[in-house]
Amino acid sequence: MEKIDFTNPKYYTNREQSWLGFNDRILGEARDKSLPLFERLKFLSITASNLDEFFMIRVASLKDMVHAKYTRKDIAGLTPSEQLELIMKDAHELVNLQYSTYNRSLLPSLKQNGFALISEHEALTKDQAAFVDNYFEKNVYPVLTPMAVDSSRPFPLIRNKSLNIGALISKKDAGEDGELEFATVQVPSVLPRIVQLPDGKDGQKRGMLLEEVIERNIGSLFLNYNVVCAHPYRIMRNADLTIDEDEAADLLKEIQKQLKKRAWGEVIRLEVEDSIDARLLKILKKEFNIKEPDIFYIPGPLDLTFLMKLYGIEGFEKYKNKPYVPQPVPGMTDDEDIFTQIRRGDILLHHPYMTFDPVVDFVKQAAKDPDVLAIKQTLYRVSGNSPIIAALAQAAENGKQVSVLVELKARFDEENNIIWAKMLEKAGCHVIYGLVGLKTHSKITLVVRREEDGIRRYVHLGTGNYNDSTAKLYTDCGILTCSEPIGEDATAVFNMLSGYSEPKKWNYLSVAPIWLRDKFLKLIKREQANAEAGKPAHMIAKMNSLCDPQIIAALYEASAAGVKIELIVRGICCLKVGIPGISENISVRSIVGNFLEHSRIFYFLNNGQEELYMGSADWMPRNLDKRVEILFPVLCENLKKEVKHILDIQLADNVKAHVMQADGSYGKIDKRGKTLLIAQDYFCKEAVERAAKPHDPVQTRVFIPAEPIEEA
Amino acid sequence: MQYTVFAAIDIGSYELEMKIFELSRAKGMKEIDCIRHRLEMGTDTYATGKVGNEKVEELCQVLQSFASIMKGYKVSAYRAYATSAIREAKNQIILLDYIEKHTGLKIEVLSNSEQRFLDYKSIASRENEFNTIIQKGTAIVDVGGGSIQISLFDKDSLVTTQNIRIGNLRLRERVSSLEYTYGDVEHLIEEFINSDLSSFRKLYVKDREVKNVIVVGDYIGSLTDSPSVSREEFLEIYDQVVHSPADTAAARFGIPEESVSLVIPSLIIYKRFIELIEAETVWLPGLNLNDGNAYDYALKKNIIRSGHNFDEDILASARNIAKRYQCSKSHIKALEDLALNIFDHTKKLHSLSARERLLLQIAVILHGCGKYISLSDVSDCSYSIIMATEIIGLSHSERKIIANVVKYNTKPFDYYEGMRASLSKEEYLTVAKLTAILRIVNACDRSHKQKFKNVRVALREDELLLTVETDQDITLEKGLFPDKADFFEEVFGVRPVIRQKKGI
Repeated sequence: MEKIDFTNPKYYTNREQSWLGFNDRILGEARDKSLPLFERLKFLSITASNLDEFFMIRVASLKDMVHAKYTRKDIAGLTPSEQLELIMKDAHELVNLQYSTYNRSLLPSLKQNGFALISEHEALTKDQAAFVDNYFEKNVYPVLTPMAVDSSRPFPLIRNKSLNIGALISKKDAGEDGELEFATVQVPSVLPRIVQLPDGKDGQKRGMLLEEVIERNIGSLFLNYNVVCAHPYRIMRNADLTIDEDEAADLLKEIQKQLKKRAWGEVIRLEVEDSIDARLLKILKKEFNIKEPDIFYIPGPLDLTFLMKLYGIEGFEKYKNKPYVPQPVPGMTDDEDIFTQIRRGDILLHHPYMTFDPVVDFVKQAAKDPDVLAIKQTLYRVSGNSPIIAALAQAAENGKQVSVLVELKARFDEENNIIWAKMLEKAGCHVIYGLVGLKTHSKITLVVRREEDGIRRYVHLGTGNYNDSTAKLYTDCGILTCSEPIGEDATAVFNMLSGYSEPKKWNYLSVAPIWLRDKFLKLIKREQANAEAGKPAHMIAKMNSLCDPQIIAALYEASAAGVKIELIVRGICCLKVGIPGISENISVRSIVGNFLEHSRIFYFLNNGQEELYMGSADWMPRNLDKRVEILFPVLCENLKKEVKHILDIQLADNVKAHVMQADGSYGKIDKRGKTLLIAQDYFCKEAVERAAKPHDPVQTRVFIPAEPIEEA
Repeated sequence: MQYTVFAAIDIGSYELEMKIFELSRAKGMKEIDCIRHRLEMGTDTYATGKVGNEKVEELCQVLQSFASIMKGYKVSAYRAYATSAIREAKNQIILLDYIEKHTGLKIEVLSNSEQRFLDYKSIASRENEFNTIIQKGTAIVDVGGGSIQISLFDKDSLVTTQNIRIGNLRLRERVSSLEYTYGDVEHLIEEFINSDLSSFRKLYVKDREVKNVIVVGDYIGSLTDSPSVSREEFLEIYDQVVHSPADTAAARFGIPEESVSLVIPSLIIYKRFIELIEAETVWLPGLNLNDGNAYDYALKKNIIRSGHNFDEDILASARNIAKRYQCSKSHIKALEDLALNIFDHTKKLHSLSARERLLLQIAVILHGCGKYISLSDVSDCSYSIIMATEIIGLSHSERKIIANVVKYNTKPFDYYEGMRASLSKEEYLTVAKLTAILRIVNACDRSHKQKFKNVRVALREDELLLTVETDQDITLEKGLFPDKADFFEEVFGVRPVIRQKKGI
């Protein structure tokens, strides 16, 4: 038999294209008329902020590669410039679809359902116009800084992601043929983007976008000038902190040199109103040094993230999903300390269906418990005002040994993390500021307790960050355990993170960047060997992104050997399905729902000795090579069943699941004749039911004294 | 359940390690935490004779953090031991004082024989396995950074233990320059160690059948999951480590990459030894000094009881030395019994502990070893032999005491002024007391005919009555006795007297 080269680029999808496909699936939710209107607004807003981030990080990074004349091909065999060409095409299509959704579907529906967004100030009634002008004068005018450009005033610095209005003005006394000058004013980000107007007679709510309010009054900014035209525009810059470490690592120095040469980040995207004056556009193009493919002509308001604000407007509750309240964890109670409950057996947490409280309580109780000696935790992204941080600080004040690894390199959160870290240090915690060259992405907490029969270690291991706010929105799993071998491993993890030598052996945990990749490859190979030996072979893997070439090649090889591989990949997936002889046994589905799918779960049939793992790592090079990640097994039989159940339900979803086709596109499942199942709704319902049920009889066993038989 | 949280610290030649243990009667020894930091102090000491400032600073930093971890665990006791890198450093005393001031930790420097004894105890802490293995001929090859210790067991008891001053770090440093030029480290190291290993075999193994080899050393436990492997399996592991690139070996066995360069010389030493004595089974317990430290502490504090008598190992190794110098076995046996008998009946007088009792016993065993060299200068020759011979399990100070006791057994006793340069006051007093006992005991068998077999010892107000049941003529002993009794009286204020009781 001819040997197949599983690493052939034609078997792989470019990761940026795959990512745009993911954003497209979210846009699909915005276009889904069966969803409540305001939820659809939210999804559209998410696609917009996602796209912004995508440009700042991925596109910027590709542009850097092009500038540095870096021509290494990606997983799909494309050079950086080829990739850029492809993704700009897709990005333009995506934006077109965003605005057709907005203009044709969402805007009319909004008006129909009681909210009129007036998009042109000419359409205002007299009263409304007076209100708007008054609002401008009182609230907006004082914070505006109009800037004109002429020979003595150079082109100003336009901030990344800010919304601006560009205008062409001419001196009033110069008459019709006066020289045109360029002026610009930033739409202030401190003011609400949506200006609410007085309600209509029928109670209809009305609003207008801030930039329209400014445009209407722009004349008052340039008193001695005529404003010839005024149009909003927005730029995206290549911000220097956002170089992605994936492919660029070896390039970093080169890029840094390049960056220094620039006074500020290169403009990589320009958004303008589609009706923009050609003279104005020409100036912008020249000043930002931007080429046609990077200009987006927008048929509507720029920066759709304002829709998230619109979602927050009161009075439209019936057009939103009823907020889901995370349910108590079955079998857990507040009456007993959490350590006793963990000692009774491992506890599985499935957020946000189940509450995040036990995790917060775990740290809170440890902070107060007189028998607790030490608390160690890794923090990646914490919420503002985090109760966990407060508890850690309190623990240190209570004389416990508290070690916290705060990852400063968490994208976009650098500043926030520094503040918390400093606070913890002040409270007496031992704070470790990450590891050189590695991001600490693992989520692990260790509580060491001195008990009557010896020192006992309690460990929480999770797939999601210790962030009580996002735990209400992200689906994540976690385990609370006091298993000794896991406690030993957890201790070893923290010793390693504190800069001591790696342990002599691991019991159950697999830790990236050193051991995790091999562990995954070994697990896949084992299924392959089983398939080759004629035994049943099956694996299920759920994650956020799949783009590691080595893992994908291993999956192809396993599939070719006959292993049934079911993948649940929310976002990027560079693997292709249905390639004859290579990936016919692989299926890929992506679930996009109300909650952000975030848990990473891995199932291996292992010839009947099923193994289940959960962890913090995706199958991406950066997770496996550049980060500290932990993969942990689910060891308790009943927990294994529960975790397997999570996977089974996700695989049974036939409403929110998008299934990858052989051509790389995603399609929904034909629902005819099937009972509809939405995994996220199913878990919500199940959690409510399980919480309502009386607790496990073992745990609430109370002897009930018999009443004397009453005499009749 | 009662338990003690104990910290064992090992300041080794190339690594600092702290282990936290939970010691209890119910569960024995349980390792809770193991914190290691790589620091090659040995490279400084072995090359320049001193530990450089930079390394001392790093050492202090790590020890400080060890101290805070100990605090975190609310450790109730700790013992921090330093080995050859500090032992051989010329600036040892200054160094230790500095470390103590900066870290608050009290550090003890172990002599090689103490260190090896603890290593040995670490193996013995796995009681059941250990006791079974040593029924057959067994060698323990313990490779440290500075030296190798080879101990031989047969039928449950220690035959000999020898130290060879070529450890893995020392070897690596020695051959590294040659390696650069010649490449083949394996061959170089083999040649380097061959002569020492061969002489060990010729002198001590002889035609003894040694089936088992227990290998001790850092990272050795990572090489396999099973406690023992066959010789063939061991050679396979050897091949995989020594003959592959460091990163491959490190990844395969989960050893830190930087440690591979130290594991390789260790493996070559083990392999050469195993080949030389044709061992069949290789045991890799993967334990180290800290395990021995904790085990020893637990034994001393009566937290754990051991089925194995470690004093017997020390005595066995002393007896083997006596045997090598052809001391009279029957003479020694008679003297041992009598000496211990007197020791036990005069506790009120000397108030010494069981440890000194052991020292007395060893002094008795070795008191005549110098005769092998010169009959006319026994005391000085014995002294020199003892000072030059390592006795496993004894500290340097203890060996010094024994050597002096043996020396003054026959030589006129020097008073403190003459000995203060080499002995502390406590050591001096112990020497005096043990010498006093040894002298009268020795006098009781001047003829080496073991006439004093059944001796009853009784302590009266001002005399120590030795009642001897014998029909033999003891005129010689009785006649020489008063001389020796004078010194005993001088030390204890009680006069030993011999009374003969003839049988019927």
